[in-house]
Amino acid sequence: MKFGSILAGVALALGLGGAALAQDKVKVGFVYVGPINDGGWSQHHHESALKMKEHFGDKIDFVFQESVPEGADAERTMTQMALSGADLIFTTSFGYMDPTINVAAKFPDVKFEHATGYKTADNVSVYSARFYEGRAITGFLAGKMTKSNKIGYIASFPIPEVIRGINSTYIHAKKANPDVQLSVIWINTWFDPAKEADATQALLDQGVDVVLAHTDSTAPLAVLEKAGGYGFGQAADMAEYAPAPRISSIIDEWAPYYIDRVQAVIDGTWESVNTWHGIKEGMVGIGEFSEVIPEQVRIEAESLKEAISAGDYHPFTGPLKKQDGTDWLAEGEVADDGTLAGMNFYVEGVTGDIPQ
Amino acid sequence: MDLSTINPLVLIASLMVAATPILLAALGELVVEKAGVLNLGVEGMMITGAICGFAIAVETQSPALGFLAAMAGAALLSLIFGVLTQILLANQVATGLALTLFGLGLSALLGQGYNGLKPPPTGKLDLGPLGDVPVLGKVLFSHDMIVYVSLALVVAVWAMLRYTRLGLILRAVGENHDAAHALGYKVVRIRLAAITFGGACAGLGGAYLSLVRVPQWTDGMTAGAGWIALAIVVFASWKPGRALLGAYLFGGVTVLQLNLQAAGLAVPVQYLSMSPYLITILVLVIMSADRGRAALSAPACLGRVFHASS
Repeated sequence: MKFGSILAGVALALGLGGAALAQDKVKVGFVYVGPINDGGWSQHHHESALKMKEHFGDKIDFVFQESVPEGADAERTMTQMALSGADLIFTTSFGYMDPTINVAAKFPDVKFEHATGYKTADNVSVYSARFYEGRAITGFLAGKMTKSNKIGYIASFPIPEVIRGINSTYIHAKKANPDVQLSVIWINTWFDPAKEADATQALLDQGVDVVLAHTDSTAPLAVLEKAGGYGFGQAADMAEYAPAPRISSIIDEWAPYYIDRVQAVIDGTWESVNTWHGIKEGMVGIGEFSEVIPEQVRIEAESLKEAISAGDYHPFTGPLKKQDGTDWLAEGEVADDGTLAGMNFYVEGVTGDIPQ
Repeated sequence: MDLSTINPLVLIASLMVAATPILLAALGELVVEKAGVLNLGVEGMMITGAICGFAIAVETQSPALGFLAAMAGAALLSLIFGVLTQILLANQVATGLALTLFGLGLSALLGQGYNGLKPPPTGKLDLGPLGDVPVLGKVLFSHDMIVYVSLALVVAVWAMLRYTRLGLILRAVGENHDAAHALGYKVVRIRLAAITFGGACAGLGGAYLSLVRVPQWTDGMTAGAGWIALAIVVFASWKPGRALLGAYLFGGVTVLQLNLQAAGLAVPVQYLSMSPYLITILVLVIMSADRGRAALSAPACLGRVFHASS
């Protein structure tokens, strides 16, 4: 209690002192789960943030904190940012969801933007990309490129976003290659290159020759480069591993969204929104198809991308069954966003259980 | 579940690679403890070796120079421990723990700017026709240099401790430093040499992680391997052959749990992830149940401060 009041006093003093100086400048903060040079997720958020900073130049202040663990540390970091006068804070990992909501409740005048979550408040927006659209294309390529008919998936945490990715990958790999088998390894971390590398090696040892990853580092590609096999850039293009083992990539394009939202704060028009954009809006980018992919397959993948982008094709279109054989989507039926947002089941054909 | 997809030969080849870092670090620590010094800073020395090796390998594009730099860097760090505990007579447990924390921080600092880079590839040792031998070729003769170095080191440390005068002196210092001192052996110098050797081994193990096994640099990438190496020394009751067994057992369980997942075994992931640690604890309990033998095999002066005046 006493500590709390001291904190409040300090905050007040800081706020009064800082208000006069920084009144007309919007201060934007970013919280990252990994280091800003992880080569993937966090680095790409940071690069997008830097583009946003470049766009506004001196009109805004930009602060960031990297390698912030999900949990109590995240809450401390956000509180610190809010106390030091940030007007808008982007929290860029799923695990920051509850910390963001908690801190936002304490600072009603500070705006928060949480990536990939689903809890909103008056001053908390959520934004995410329809990564599963990109997964449809990489899954299709994986099905076409595998020679052993075995593809592997390195999964992080059993959350809807990851499960959507696995399902979308499997559905489209199966379309490309009816004999395909998918092995999933859960490693319970977003960023642990040693573990990601070991998991990749374990998949290769079992005859897998195309590995998809939903983790943040380039370690799987580093192993594939050494041991052979194909993989994909994840979150960032990871072009340094092209043309092989990286044969394409899913790129998260956050910069336009960041510019939009910061502009809204400057204009005073910011509102809590729930943004979920895909290939069409440009939030999901597909990296260049490498020349090791046969021409015919490249054309097919390109047209799949076009169809998704134009809205002619939804990656979750029936007939689809759940893993246990019960019906999910009837012929031609398209999954609704609510089901997708909370997806907690595999589609038929995926083996193994989702860890609970 | 289809266990037939797990090829035991491939599994053995992978576990040798997975176990090499902890084997190297455990061997180094074994020699240090045989000399009567308990250095809990293995983790810190490993991670320092990992970044020193990575940085030099990237700058010079030579993995060999990288491995040498890793050994030098970690040995230098271990000398801090040596000076503090052997000359300034600081408490070994506290200093060792401090060394781990210091090493983790130092490596993160040195590693600024090396995240996301690719190290030069470490070539596999070409053993000519041996690599084509059916069955054994894949398991035994298809690895890189360091795997063989680690195996040779097991034999060398074993022979040194068992058959050489040097080994006898080292053991004498570890068993009874006062008697060794009375015989005219330079206890402090011998221990400093052992500590440096231990540091170099840990550094080599760390560099194997960052240059071969991952291969990449990230903060804290050893992720507890140094602690496992410490446990393996006790597990092995200070015998190099058993250290090999312990390291391969641990490496084996780690690799096996990922393989079981890939094969679709319906066991919760969390149990699989903790299984290597559980087995380590279990074996330690079984070992120490036989009190007399465990006590006999530990160097009698382990962790005790030596000063010539006492």
